[in-house]
Formats: sequence, C-alpha cells, structure tokens
Amino acid sequence: MQTHQYDVVIVGAGGAGMRAALESSKEARTAVISKLYPTRSHTGAAQGGMAAALANVEDDNWEWHTFDTVKGGDYLVDQDAAEILAKEAIESVLDLERMGLPFNRTPEGKIDQRRFGGHTRDHGQSAVRRACYAADRTGHMILQTLYQNCVKQDVEFFNEFYVLDLITDHDLTTEEIAEGEEVNATGVVAYDLATGEIHVFQAKAIIFATGGAGKIFKTTSNAHTLTGDGMALAYRRGLPLEDMEFFQFHPTGLAGLGILLSEAARGEGGILRNSEGERFMERYAPTIKDLAPRDIVARSMANEVREGRGAGPNKDYVLLDLTHLEPAHIDAKLPDITEFARTYLGIEPYTEPVPVYPTAHYAMGGVPTNVKGEVLRDGVNVVKGLYAAGEVACVSVHGSNRLGTNSLLDINVFGKRSGRAAAEYAKTASFHELPEDPTVRVVAQLDEMRNRPDGERVADIRKALQETMDLNAQVFRTGDSLNEALADIRELQKRYRNASVQDKGKLFNTDLLEAIELGFLLDIAEVTVVAAINRKESRGGHYREDYPNRDDAHYMLHTMAYRRPPEASDQAEGHIEGYFDHVEEFDGYKVVLGSKPVIQTRYEPMERKY
Amino acid sequence: MTATLEADAPAPAGEIPSFTVTLRVRRFNPEVSEEATWEDFTVEAHGTDRVLDALHKIKWDMDGSLTFRRSCAHGVCGSDAVRINGRNRLACKTLLKDVNPDKPITVEPIKGLPVVKDLVVDMEPFFASYREIMPFLVTTGNEPSKERYQSPEDRARFDDTTKCILCAACTSSCPVFWTDGQYFGPAAIVNAHRFIFDSRDEGGSQRLEILNDKEGVWRCRTTFNCTEACPRGIEVTKAIQEVKRAMITRAF
Repeated sequence: MQTHQYDVVIVGAGGAGMRAALESSKEARTAVISKLYPTRSHTGAAQGGMAAALANVEDDNWEWHTFDTVKGGDYLVDQDAAEILAKEAIESVLDLERMGLPFNRTPEGKIDQRRFGGHTRDHGQSAVRRACYAADRTGHMILQTLYQNCVKQDVEFFNEFYVLDLITDHDLTTEEIAEGEEVNATGVVAYDLATGEIHVFQAKAIIFATGGAGKIFKTTSNAHTLTGDGMALAYRRGLPLEDMEFFQFHPTGLAGLGILLSEAARGEGGILRNSEGERFMERYAPTIKDLAPRDIVARSMANEVREGRGAGPNKDYVLLDLTHLEPAHIDAKLPDITEFARTYLGIEPYTEPVPVYPTAHYAMGGVPTNVKGEVLRDGVNVVKGLYAAGEVACVSVHGSNRLGTNSLLDINVFGKRSGRAAAEYAKTASFHELPEDPTVRVVAQLDEMRNRPDGERVADIRKALQETMDLNAQVFRTGDSLNEALADIRELQKRYRNASVQDKGKLFNTDLLEAIELGFLLDIAEVTVVAAINRKESRGGHYREDYPNRDDAHYMLHTMAYRRPPEASDQAEGHIEGYFDHVEEFDGYKVVLGSKPVIQTRYEPMERKY
Repeated sequence: MTATLEADAPAPAGEIPSFTVTLRVRRFNPEVSEEATWEDFTVEAHGTDRVLDALHKIKWDMDGSLTFRRSCAHGVCGSDAVRINGRNRLACKTLLKDVNPDKPITVEPIKGLPVVKDLVVDMEPFFASYREIMPFLVTTGNEPSKERYQSPEDRARFDDTTKCILCAACTSSCPVFWTDGQYFGPAAIVNAHRFIFDSRDEGGSQRLEILNDKEGVWRCRTTFNCTEACPRGIEVTKAIQEVKRAMITRAF
C-alpha cells in the first residue's frame, strides 16, 4: 500500500476533470487520478459542438440560451444554474480558443457557429446558430486541448488507477448527522491496474469527474468504460443520487450498433425519414422539425417504428438522409460520422440514407451539487471538501432532458467552477485524519472477488442487465415494464454474488476490474429503475405510457434517492405522501426516495411545443 | 476525408452471414512465464463484427485472462491499437471480414514498446516523446479579450494533424523506432506539426530546434509505414516532410 497527500485530488481525466485540474493546479497541489489515459476519455467522442451565445454569425444572447435550456429540460432545470451555464458559456468557449482549440472559422476568422436541436432565437421563434464547433470532432478537440494544457502546466496524473472508495469522516449510510455538524471528505482509495497495488490519497478537497453510466444499457453511444463508478461510490457511501430516472436516448445512433451520429448532421441540413420517405418530424415538431430536442425526436422515431413505418428488412429503424447535401459540404462539416457509416454499416452517406435508431447517451441525473460544484448530502447540506462536475454530477442544468452541445459546455463551466472552488477551499482547510485502515473495504472486496469459487461469468450477468434495461426502461416505459426490469435486477444482484473472475493475477487484471464495474452498473440500474417507477408522469427523457402527461402539481421536484440500511427510516428529506414516498427493500439495504425543490427564477413552466 | 479500410467493394450491411473465425493471439503474462506464446481461439462472428468484438467474445465467454485495452469501441479514443495480420490497426475499426477470416487472424501487441501483458504495452515512452515537443499553443503578449482570429485557410493548413488520437499505431509501425526507441517517432512529429503550422502559435522555432535533435525528424527514412498505419487517415509522412522543410526554410 502507498499513501499520498495532495491538496486537491480529481477523480477522472475527461473534460470536466482536466478543466478542473487546469484551475486547481495553479493554486494548490493537485493530482488527477484516472482509470484511462486522459486522451482516452469519452469527452473525445463528443462530436457536434459546444453552445455559447457568441452571436458571431447571427443575433443571439445568453438569456435566449437560458430559456432554451430550461424549456429543453422540460422545466425541471434549476434556473439559477442554467443562467450561470449560459452566461459563462461565452467565456468558456473563449478560454478554449485561447488555449489553442482549433475551432472552425467564419470567413472573417471568428469562431463559426451552427444550428443544433432545441437552440432557438427569441424563445422558440426559429433555430439559431449557437454551437461552436470543430467539424464533427468538437469533443476530440476539447479533450486534446485540455490535455495539451495539462502538459503545459505540468499537471500530475495517475493513469490507469481505478478509484474504488471514497472516505468521509462520518458514515453517512448509518449515522444521523446532528444539525450544524460538518461532514468532511478526507480521501479516496485507488487500485493501480498495472501492479494491482492499493494507493490511498488523502486530500483536502476531492472532485469527482468520473462521467456517465451508459453501459447499464445494451444499445449505447457510451464507451465500455462508462460504468457509473463515481455515482455508485458516492451512493454506496450514503450520498443521494438526484433525478436518476432521466436518461437521454440520442436519436441518431447507427442502427444495431448505437454508435453516435451527431445531431450536427441535422444541424447541417440532414433529414429524418420513415419507410415511406416522409419527413415525419414535421408532424411532431412543426416549427423546428428535425431540430427538436432529443427526447422528442427519439420518441418520434420510436413511435414511427412502432406504428409500422420503420425502414429496413425488419422495419426497426428510420433513415437519416444526407443525400441532398453536397459531398464537399459533408466532408468539411461531418467527416467522422460519415466515415462511421461507411466503416461499420458499409453505407455511403453521399448516396444512401443511413439507418439510425435511438441510443442510450447521457445521464441527466447524478451526484447532486450546488452551483459551486459542492456535493450535497441531502437537500441542503454539503459534504465539505467534496465536489463533482460533468456527467457524474447533477447541478441541475439539464433537468429532465439535456440539449445537444450543453454537455461540452457543462464540463467546461462546472469543471472550471469546481476546480476553482476546490483549490480555494483547500487553501483554508487542513487535512482530516483518515481512519485506521482506510483500505479495508476495498481490499476485502477485491480479495473476495478474486478468491470466489468458480461461478457465473461476469459478462453473462452484464448482458442480461443491459438487455432488460433496453427492453424495459428505454424510450417508452410503463409501470409494468419498469417492475419487470426491477425484478430482473434483483435476480441479477443475487447472481452477481456468485460471479467469479478467471484471472487471479496482480498485473493488469482487467477481468477483476470488469467484475467490480459490473457491481457499479447493477447499483446504478437499480436506482434508475426505482426512481422511474416512482415518477408517475412523463417529462423530458422519462416517458411513461401509463402516465403520458407532465404533472407539475405533483412532480415538479427533483428525485433524491438514498441507499439506507434496512432498519433506517422509510422517510427521506422531501418525503411527500403518495408521490415521493417510495421505498424498495433489497438484501441488506433499502432504497428510499425523497425530493428536492426545483429552483425557478424567470420562467414559468409552460407546455413544451416546438 | 479520413481513412476507411481497404475492403473490396463492401457488401451492404446485413448481407454478410455469420461465420467462424480463428484468432491467433500473442499471449504474455510475466506472472506465469517470461516467454510469450501464441494461442488460438475460434469464435462465431457476425458479418459486421470487428476484431474487438472477437477479442471480447474470447475474454467474456472463453478466457477472462485475455488482456487488452479498449474504451470507445468506434475509433476515436485510441486505446486498442494492435498488430493484426502484421499491420497496425485499431481493433475496433477493423472488420473481421476485411482481414481474411478464412485463415487464422494474428493479433499481437504493437511493436517497439515494452509488453506489459498480452496485447497491452507500456505507453509511457510514447507519451514522454509527445510531451517533449511542447504539444500546446505558445503565444506571447497579452491575451486577447475575445478570440484570436484565424482565417479558414489558416485553420485548414493544420487540419490533418489535429485528427491525431495518440493511439501509437504510426510510431509503433516505424522501423526506425523499432531499432531506436529514443527516436521521437511519427506521432510526436505529427503533434509538433499541428502547432508549427497553426498561424496563432509562436513556439515553432523552439519545436523545430527540439526536432532538429539527432533523435528528431532527420531519422525519418520515409518508409510510409506510419501513413498506412494511421487509423485517422492522417498523411503522417507528408506532415513529417513538411516539418523537415520548415526546418530548412525557417531560420531559428
């Protein structure tokens, strides 16, 4: 075992983690711990752009951007946070340009901008060009630029280290915290993949920037490594997860594969068609059509397929038509995604429409934070020294549905804010004592997993989980389908206890880590489904066929899910009889749901029409 | 345009039947033996499966100890560069049907970097070379209050080399690098090119000086392996030539 001490420890080296590192490492001794080499992070797979009302190509302002974000999120957005996002977007894009990011340019040499779903001029009048971009590789350029600047600033990285535990000075899973008492995050425990050695990182401030959990689904645009590690660790240590029922299905995944084809394809003029060649989005969103927000487009596509207007031999996808665009235009603006169609489906997008279907893409929910990035341990109180940013976090700027290009924005705005806040805090704080043996849980978990008798394969359980989630908790959900998913997850949790690994070695044991990651996936899927069962309304990415309408009277609240011991109270903060009172018992713990108010400032909830 | 694999007139999706394929994988586990060995695995594959899918089938259904890196699985993260039938490729971007599945397909770690386990190599020397060429924008004077302007033509000048995903397919395909691990290698030069030809950058002469080193660009023997290996279709050899030319024409 090795022990390290840093003022700030950042977990995750994607966009949010590295943006935070660029701030905190200027002010405080900082380490970044990442399970991947930084440039492998999934920020690099983002394609279309980063929203900011620069008004470089047409009239625009941050207030319109705020409104679009709030409306796009079906009014479950915390409006104070959305305003910060839209305002600070402008400086965030300029920051990246000054760091060297090679944006596409206008003829005058300014940063070019293009249209994207749900981004409009003057509160929904028409689509607006707000997305700053670099071809369809914007995420790649952001990831590379941030890494380049980390090299420039000599940021310290621990690559291929898996953080497997978060240490706090109170056990939030069991202890009642007295009014006014502080809870402090004191460190993390990590596993060095190359050697199998355990490392303890004591820190004054810790930032979780571990990304999403798309691998709870089978069809997903997410990387194999997006297993919800940070969310699951926080949750297991007694911290709540917010709004987990809201998962975004990106409309245009390559059919059957889930590989992302950017919304920029539609921003540049691409059209969705059904088997009859009809531009069906005209029926669902008459004003902005194919550029409606993702939840609406994904549902419309799934509905076309359900009603028998799907294309292909099994009528199970729709078509993304780019054939009316100039090949030179496609090459200049959409080179990568057209290459994906060629490589993986053998389709030539110049001349043939591309088969597409919704793919699990983004968790709107996550570890709750305030606008400084501080992690909440209930509706109000923070864990001192603990921060979260990016997809792992729920600020909430995305509400129940994130707008395209707002995630690259989120990681930059809130990565920067959390990095600054953490460094600022670390300057005044002192180290808190670690427990006698901080590694005890992790060592026991790893030893137990490594030494189990031969049992079931991890991959079989993971596959069964992903299949039930795709079948029962995807674009269309019902109480029955969700209960089906929950029953399957209970069974899989049991089977997981007998899963075994074949690789018993110390060195680079990815077999062992996949088994640990499956545990995270099961917990995240479980809480996602429990929250979805409880929310008996349809809003944004969460569509209940048995409750097809939005119900502001009862559900205009964030869901807060807590994992508690069986003997704990059935009521969590924000308990509301009949609406936020769901309790689900499991072996050895229960999931208790409470709620948190939505912060509304300027915008009254309205019916969402596009 | 970026690279596509050289398939002979690919058939439309869904029309390629399932087939059986044998992967001959280079295995090495220092906890077990100092010797590397070949091991054959036969798996069922679907028509559009990639080499990565076959590796996953082996790991998930047959032998959990098979070790390789992967993440995004669609050619953008750069984790899974391996040597397939003697050529460097990304396992997630290589369809089995395109690499003659009638014969055993060999899969080995990329060459020139120390093998850690099975298909995993130590990437540190590779990233160390990258870090040395100052892979970041260097500017002087006050920061502008808005963006720096750059014409579309100036932006296009270095577009090709911005595509690099640092997968090391190029560097580990280079015969010079195989025999001399001190050589910066194509990927580091590509990333230097990305800044040397960026109109906003003012660190060109420093970078050229670094690359004028005896382990710098002059070691390149123009064998074009790197260009062939690049999964992003970057004209690597051309970029190296342009850096060489800049060294001659720019006074530093």
